[in-house]
Amino acid sequence: MKLQITNGRLIDPANHIDAIHDVFIVSGKVAAIGSAPVGFIADQTIDATGLIVAPGLVDLSVRLREPGYEYKATLESELHAALAGGVTSLVCPPDTDPVLDEPGLVEMLVHRARSLNQSHVYPLGALTMGLKGRELTEMAELTEAGCVGFAQAESTIEDTTVLLRALQYAQTFGYTVWLRPQDPHLGKGGIAHSGPLASRLGLAGVPVMSETIALQTIFELVRATGARVHLCRLSSADGVALVRAAKAEGLPISSDVGAHHLHLTDVDIGFFDSNARMTPPLRSQRDRDAIRQGVADGTIDAICSDHTPVDDDEKLLPFGEASPGATGLELLLALALKWADESVPEKQRLSAAIARITTDAARVAGLPAGQLGVGSAADLCIFDADTRWLVQASALASQGKHTPFLGYELQGQVRHTIVAGRPVFSR
Amino acid sequence: MHNPQLNKHGELQHLLTIEGLPRAVVTRILDTASSFVGVGDRDVKKVPLMRGKSVFNLFFENSTRTRTTFEIASKRLSADVINLNISASSASKGESLLDTIDNLAAMHADMFVVRHAQSGAPYLIAKHLIDTHQPHVHVVNAGDGRHAHPTQGLLDMYTIRHYKKDFSNLTVAVVGDILHSRVARSDIHGLTTLGVPEVRAIGPRTLLPTGLEQMGVRVFTDMNEGLKGVDVIIMLRLQNERMSGALLPSAQEYFKSYGLTPERLALAKPDAIVMHPGPMNRGVEIDSAVADGAQAVILPQVTFGIAVRMAVMSMLAGS
Repeated sequence: MKLQITNGRLIDPANHIDAIHDVFIVSGKVAAIGSAPVGFIADQTIDATGLIVAPGLVDLSVRLREPGYEYKATLESELHAALAGGVTSLVCPPDTDPVLDEPGLVEMLVHRARSLNQSHVYPLGALTMGLKGRELTEMAELTEAGCVGFAQAESTIEDTTVLLRALQYAQTFGYTVWLRPQDPHLGKGGIAHSGPLASRLGLAGVPVMSETIALQTIFELVRATGARVHLCRLSSADGVALVRAAKAEGLPISSDVGAHHLHLTDVDIGFFDSNARMTPPLRSQRDRDAIRQGVADGTIDAICSDHTPVDDDEKLLPFGEASPGATGLELLLALALKWADESVPEKQRLSAAIARITTDAARVAGLPAGQLGVGSAADLCIFDADTRWLVQASALASQGKHTPFLGYELQGQVRHTIVAGRPVFSR
Repeated sequence: MHNPQLNKHGELQHLLTIEGLPRAVVTRILDTASSFVGVGDRDVKKVPLMRGKSVFNLFFENSTRTRTTFEIASKRLSADVINLNISASSASKGESLLDTIDNLAAMHADMFVVRHAQSGAPYLIAKHLIDTHQPHVHVVNAGDGRHAHPTQGLLDMYTIRHYKKDFSNLTVAVVGDILHSRVARSDIHGLTTLGVPEVRAIGPRTLLPTGLEQMGVRVFTDMNEGLKGVDVIIMLRLQNERMSGALLPSAQEYFKSYGLTPERLALAKPDAIVMHPGPMNRGVEIDSAVADGAQAVILPQVTFGIAVRMAVMSMLAGS
């Protein structure tokens, strides 16, 4: 199939392109930019006049809820949400039921995702069996089955010896370990940022030091092992400062942040709104501002949606009993644009926002995605940067309808999503 | 953000917390309560203000004392009272909180008095009643997690006003486990709303929540310092389970540093009053000589508590 995208403003940060160009796609790959290859006759043309043509988005944290939690969401529903959000490659954490600690489970998930023929699904394998923090998984076998890295999701490793060995073993084979910095004990049972708001509302707190102490431990282990670590979803100003210093020191680390934490603070909990219950918790304005700055200066490499579909039964509960997390796939683009709008000089806004959710994300995850050079996979997100839309449950394809942004008007909406040269979504 | 306890005219629709209540509303509750104080002394201890109304006591967490005072207050207002001990019924059958509410609302409940172990649970119920367009059903928070116990806070304000008349020149100390105490939070909001110039919180660092100063209190870790010259001492109950874990080493050591003894009481003003929300742990947070002494107003608090709850319920039912 030959596809031509005409008259769009192509923004491909990896290749330093920001101009009106036609894109020519042949057999799932980008065949040419600007002028048509010899003998090219389009089977289909998409008119992108007035629209932005970008690489398909790469989301570093998407809970698909399969296997095990199909009542919350299914692969079908969430991959449809991914396309509606322009996300063509996504990384999913291993905290499914059963957890992704056996090659067979990973193969099955990858096979199910492939047969749906939609966005590319890249699972993270469990770092330890059952995510229990005791025995290592068969990382080499899991990699062969399709894992792109190893993670503990929300489970911590209490025994630092196990974490040390996990990093040594991963380093042996060059695998990346994805860790969310969280002390196993500090803030255990906490449901909100430790601070005046949690004290006032009587909510158990998660202190910032639960993140910073974990970061210090991880950095010390990285120094000792040389293992490559990706730090998931930073939440605090102090955490960002530590990561900045560790990067300056030359440690092989990268980091991401959930899109919610770029915009919201603990004050958004309001009168116990369980939609604002997140892991890690939404923190103070100072933390939020430091995170925005960290994304702007590259301390934080990528923005992810931290997509977590939660159903009504688990959300319409008292704040402390409600499941944490929010739907995010379909908000990622608009929230990244909103970040750039508020934190980046005007001229670089669009390319900065796009970079954090395409090429930068692909680079830290080691994925063949996020750019549109000639010969690369033709995964594209074509969007209108100016359209405003109201976030409401009925506007979301995801089975998860809960988000603290319900009722917000956001700017930037996906018009077409193309995976491997096939238009798979249009609005 | 809509404050769910006030209706669009700024009147009290539910009583969920003292925080954010206009001073005039708090004062009106206290004034209304004074008109009910005498009812308990009459031969016929009843007024017909809530005749035909159904009050459901929904206790998701056990409490005999608070439930009983709400029950008495409802009955003195001539309401029908239904006590539901939910921890032993629906919740254990897996019914969700909001399903329980829908079912009871379908039985034409007029008021829910809610006690729940989770901070904010009464807000969920109030918001659900708003979302399902049932403005005639009212919620009274009878204690939610560590968050609030507004009727206790109001009865404490009533007691202070009864003995001290004027809030504008008082120094009030709240002593003990502030971290876990919904009573402390409600008292602090009540005191600051009514214009008390100095509210002190006294306790060891392990029992003081972070950012407490931002609630408008002066924090003391030395009890002798904190009690100097105060007009009112509010002692908090120290729950036994706080002794396990790393919050406190022992009840004995706690009493040594933070127990209210006659010697410590002497540091306060000579006419200082001593309050306690009950039940007391004698010898842990308070010496018997103080608890039973002339300055203690702990039993009057209980009596006033009925009148304050009558005031809150009758005002909500009439709104």
